[in-house]
Amino acid sequence: MSLMTRLFGFRGGLHLDYRKEMSTGTPIQIAPVPPQLILPLSQHAGNPAKPRVKVGDRVLRGQTIADADGFVSLPVHAGTSGIVSAIEPRPIPHASGLSAPCIVIDADGKDEALATPEWEPAEDINALDAQTIRDRVRRAGVSGLGGAGFPSFIKLAPGHPVETLIINGAECEPYISCDQLLMAERADEIIGGIQVILHTIRAGRCLIGIEDNKSWAIAALKAAAAADQRIEVVVVPTRYPQGGEKQLIQTLTGLEVPSRGLPLDLGLVVQNPGTARAVWRAIRHAEPLTSRVVTVTGSAVSHPQNFDARIGTPMRFLIDLAGGYTTPPDRLLMGGPMMGFALPTDTLPIVKSTNCILATAPGELRPDEDAMPCIRCGACQDACPINLLPQQMYWHARGKEYDKAQSLNLFDCIECGCCAQVCPSHIPLVQYYRHAKTEIWSEQQEKRKADAARERHEARLARIEREERAKEEARARKKALLAASQAAAKPAAATAPSPVEASASAVGNDDPVARAIAAAKAKKAAAPAADSTSDDPVARAIAAAKAKKAAATSGTAETDDPVARAIAAAKAKKAAANADAAATNTKRAKPSAADDERIAAAVAAAQARKAAKAAAAAQPQATTEADDPVARAIAAAQARKAAQSADASVPAAPQSSSATTGDADDPVARAIAAAQARKAAKAAAVASESPSAPTPATNNTADEDPVARAVAAAKAKKAAKAAAAVAPEPVPAAASETSAQTDDPVARAIAAAKARKAARAAGETPTE
Amino acid sequence: MKTLSSPFLPVTASVGQVMRDVLIALAPGVVVYALLFGPGVLINIVLAVLTCELIEAAVLKLRGRALKPFLLDSSALVTGVLLALAVPPTAPWWIIVVGCGFAMLLGKHVYGGLGYNPFNPAMVGFVVLLISFPVQMTAWPSMHPLWDTTDAVSGATALDHVKTQLSLERTLSEIRGDTPLGLFAGRGWEWIALAYLLGGGYMLWRRTIRWQIPVGLLLGMTVIAGAFWAYDGDRYASPLFHWFSGATMLGAFFIATDPVSAATTPRGRFVFGFGIGMLTYVIRTWGGYPDGIAFAVLLFNICAPTLDRYLQPRIYGQRRDKPQA
Ligand code: SF4
Ligand code: SF4
Repeated sequence: MSLMTRLFGFRGGLHLDYRKEMSTGTPIQIAPVPPQLILPLSQHAGNPAKPRVKVGDRVLRGQTIADADGFVSLPVHAGTSGIVSAIEPRPIPHASGLSAPCIVIDADGKDEALATPEWEPAEDINALDAQTIRDRVRRAGVSGLGGAGFPSFIKLAPGHPVETLIINGAECEPYISCDQLLMAERADEIIGGIQVILHTIRAGRCLIGIEDNKSWAIAALKAAAAADQRIEVVVVPTRYPQGGEKQLIQTLTGLEVPSRGLPLDLGLVVQNPGTARAVWRAIRHAEPLTSRVVTVTGSAVSHPQNFDARIGTPMRFLIDLAGGYTTPPDRLLMGGPMMGFALPTDTLPIVKSTNCILATAPGELRPDEDAMPCIRCGACQDACPINLLPQQMYWHARGKEYDKAQSLNLFDCIECGCCAQVCPSHIPLVQYYRHAKTEIWSEQQEKRKADAARERHEARLARIEREERAKEEARARKKALLAASQAAAKPAAATAPSPVEASASAVGNDDPVARAIAAAKAKKAAAPAADSTSDDPVARAIAAAKAKKAAATSGTAETDDPVARAIAAAKAKKAAANADAAATNTKRAKPSAADDERIAAAVAAAQARKAAKAAAAAQPQATTEADDPVARAIAAAQARKAAQSADASVPAAPQSSSATTGDADDPVARAIAAAQARKAAKAAAVASESPSAPTPATNNTADEDPVARAVAAAKAKKAAKAAAAVAPEPVPAAASETSAQTDDPVARAIAAAKARKAARAAGETPTE
Repeated sequence: MKTLSSPFLPVTASVGQVMRDVLIALAPGVVVYALLFGPGVLINIVLAVLTCELIEAAVLKLRGRALKPFLLDSSALVTGVLLALAVPPTAPWWIIVVGCGFAMLLGKHVYGGLGYNPFNPAMVGFVVLLISFPVQMTAWPSMHPLWDTTDAVSGATALDHVKTQLSLERTLSEIRGDTPLGLFAGRGWEWIALAYLLGGGYMLWRRTIRWQIPVGLLLGMTVIAGAFWAYDGDRYASPLFHWFSGATMLGAFFIATDPVSAATTPRGRFVFGFGIGMLTYVIRTWGGYPDGIAFAVLLFNICAPTLDRYLQPRIYGQRRDKPQA
């Protein structure tokens, strides 16, 4: 400890009736293991953990039973040995009052720990590097024990130089005393944890801020920290909300965390003493976070006290340990009376962020009462530690003028409750602010959704229109084509269109492929690929193709305009070939525009050549990048005599993607095989598609293989075939990646195509 | 809305408490006033309070609101007392009743009642009376100080007297000994004003009011009065005279500070007070009325929302050079 630190203080705030002595009379009691532990998968900020055990599994204390999912996430550990009896949604202690997935462990009473911990206990923390420590803290599931439950390992990797670590031992909320007792009784572990953190974040100094009403804790920490010059215990005035992160920082350093910024911006990291202790136990003893200190208090509790309880212990179990209720509780809160929230029942489990269970007797808390009008007395504003204008924010929040409330810095409000606590009109101000914030968030979300819906709707209209036109043209040409195309009849017959999107798409893909194969076999000439929507066009295309010498093409799907135009152009030429691409589906308007352009380009090129063929590719959602490849493919193809077209189309099936892809592959492969068996050139159609929501990665692979295979096959033959695949994808977000990936296959297909004289056609499949 | 969410601790403050603090703070001034001017003062107060509460109850009833919380909040009581203090003690009873009617209806309930009125209700009532019944409203009775056995003093107030005499080309030094003038301001009135100052101190201590408005007001008055006084002490009265004459103290601590109609941001309040102080001086010195507090307050009530908008405080974590506009 060094010299006295100068204190700065914060504005506003209140002196409250603390009522902490209710629960500080007894030392922390180790609570026994309850018969059942209920472990929510989401006890931290971020993604819920993913269970790795099944119902019926036997688990041991300290065993990881659910893994972190993503970066901002933490694992969950079994708090005792027993059998997993359920993995299902259970009510959890959360302000929303909702249920969430939990792993339920029926304790077997042996409380058997893992034979060897999941990582090594460290004798000498300085021998560990920062990454190892972070990793272990993460594997131990340590989250902030002060309330927000942010995964602690993230704060251990600040990515920014940290000058000072602040330990927030202010604990300014009335009633709560868990940190106070922990600091008094486990000061050495807390100091140990601080040393681990200092070592990890390479900070040179630690300030422990404690309110001056916690003399034991101050003495214990001072004694424990005496040997370490870097650590200083700073006694701060008792004033709510001294334990607010921003307020404590201001008190200790005089600095203000920038609005919408982080303490890190000031070179500060703030941790709770309980978190420091959990870090210590995780590193030194290789213990995951399976228990914490909880204050069980309130006038409705017989013997208020603090328990070191297993996480997942039902609250009622702890209340019973504290002697049960003296009177039916009027209210049950988790957290303190200023910032905690009301719980519907005492059967909920304690979680990592449960610092206090407060059961109050009637009359102990404010009654439900009607508020008076605001008299603009300004008391709220004097109390606000952020220097907001609570009465004006209230005015706007109440009038639903959320934008105005926001311009009064609503989002800087820390919801400390000081304003409501002093309001002579007893207006539940904070409730208005929370409501306004929620409204603003959901408004923003709504807006995003509405935009997406509008785009979808527009795209759908565009598609329908295109389909209509395609049908028209198809019908007009049908007769002429039919005569020539008997052979082609088969393929055409094959079609099976699928009306509905996702599931259908898989089917849709198959058929076309199957049809393509059949056609290829039966004819010399080309094979079309048809897609669901496109029967007629396909049939027609085939017929036309046959009537010509040149190779075939593939038709596709829904596409239409482009296709029609391509066909027209092609016909005008000698060489016959057509390609149609179809564009499928399409959920968006933009892609179709893209299609048009592409097609136009294709037409032009085709015309310039004799043996022209047009290839149109259509892709639904495909991105511009997908286009280029297609265009290039077309150009290359045109450079050849033989005609071919490649088109791919792909639409995307929304949800069934993986299935779709799978299906698409085989058919493609089969088509290729068939094509190879023939002399004449045929086309390979590849289409594929569908990737969807899940992971872009899968798509690619799926796409590539078929393509690769097609390429290989094509090379082995004289007659060339090109396969173009395009895979678009449904999901916007994944889109860019997908398209990028599609390029390669396409490029390869092009190369292959060039190497060959013969033509090939690529068919595509659309999905939708 | 019920208190479904935090904070859950019981709240000790209440509107009634705030208003009762105001009444306690007014007490010394009322006592001195009554001692100087006789029981008429008290009768007026009782009459005004009864009228205001009656109107409040009737309006609440008409609007289907709960009576009890609003009657208990004492805000109508404060309005009644303030108005009664502004009206001459000997004014006819109907003056009080009419004034209270305007104050409560035109000043408060047409806007939606407690908390919604843009103007100070008592001042609305007062100004209506002053404009409609100038004779009754300026007829101040003679003072009968209990401790003073000499004859009754003149009925003119100091502000009135100074204004009239100055217009008669007399200088301030010439009229210093005139009866309406006391030690440093109006005779008798200076003691009432001191008593109000005392009450104001009590409210500051209780944090019923904030310092910005009274300090701003007195400072604003001092700046302008001081400048003219320094320029010509014979034609312009001293700041001290203005502080303790007329309704300056009552206005600074009890009228301008009416929270509902005043500015609410700290800087807004200061500017609000400062402006009222200056404007009051201007009206007193060059305007047609002997005192100007009521007009100045009402004018600045109009400006309060604008002041609040442009004088917002810098919040925690916001850059110092860029306060929120
Ligand atoms: S404390 Fe309550 S009554 Fe006073 S200004 Fe704030 S919201 Fe209005
Ligand atoms: S709850 Fe928000 S507005 Fe109210 S005092 Fe706290 S920070 Fe200020």
